[in-house]
Amino acid sequence: MHACPGYRRPVPTAQHRDPRFLALVATGGALGTLARWGTAHVLPPAGSWPLATFAVNVAGSFLLGLLLEALLRRGAEDAGRAALRLGLGTGFCGGFTTYSSFAVEVDGLLRDGSAGGAAVYALGTVVAGLLAALAGVALAGARHRESRA
Amino acid sequence: MILLVALAGGAGAVARFVVDAELRARRAGTFPLPVLLVNVLGSLLLGLLTGLVRDGADDAWRLVLGVGFCGGFTTFSTTTVDTLRLAQRGEVGRAVGNALGTLALTLAAACAGLLLAGSVG
Repeated sequence: MHACPGYRRPVPTAQHRDPRFLALVATGGALGTLARWGTAHVLPPAGSWPLATFAVNVAGSFLLGLLLEALLRRGAEDAGRAALRLGLGTGFCGGFTTYSSFAVEVDGLLRDGSAGGAAVYALGTVVAGLLAALAGVALAGARHRESRA
Repeated sequence: MILLVALAGGAGAVARFVVDAELRARRAGTFPLPVLLVNVLGSLLLGLLTGLVRDGADDAWRLVLGVGFCGGFTTFSTTTVDTLRLAQRGEVGRAVGNALGTLALTLAAACAGLLLAGSVG
């Protein structure tokens, strides 16, 4: 069953019409948004480099990779795992990370005439996010193998 | 203000969840187009808000609708994990397309939003 683990997010059922799941996504999203906003207050931009957005996007990618892989390796989704995936993944990680601020910041760097800076920030975030997600997936896999050994 | 930003972020996350699930229920295929669409729409809206505030609108709009709603609506983590999953499945072209396509289209959308703000402001 896990020969090719988790390569597609589950096909949606009626979870997005269930008020309990909607409440979980809303709560996770609100908390993730506050955590992102808080990060922006403690990590001001370093020069024109938007450190806070970079930090939340990389950290959130790690967390989502870790969470989804850990849930996947536990087998078929039950109500508890669905609650974790939707509350922590769709809600918190989704609300914590942001593509809109990232895009507007890249646009801002371009407008300031810093094409090189824009490219480094844009591609640096994409690559660091992918490496972080991969690290999260690998960590969840390693922990799962340890627990079964 | 903190409460409003949090509420707007929660509303954005719910909107993303519903749009993604409804669109995925209507189409086959493995390319994560619904999340791409969400990110492009959110970037357009944040570009517009950023432009309107730059031109004198109250910064509260940017905080509640921008940091809150757009931030909660759009997601970097899902796009990244989707890209990784495509690559792990051997669909490298689609993985690169998702990563760079999202970057290019959201950037174009943010830019369009700023231009739109300039023309209405």
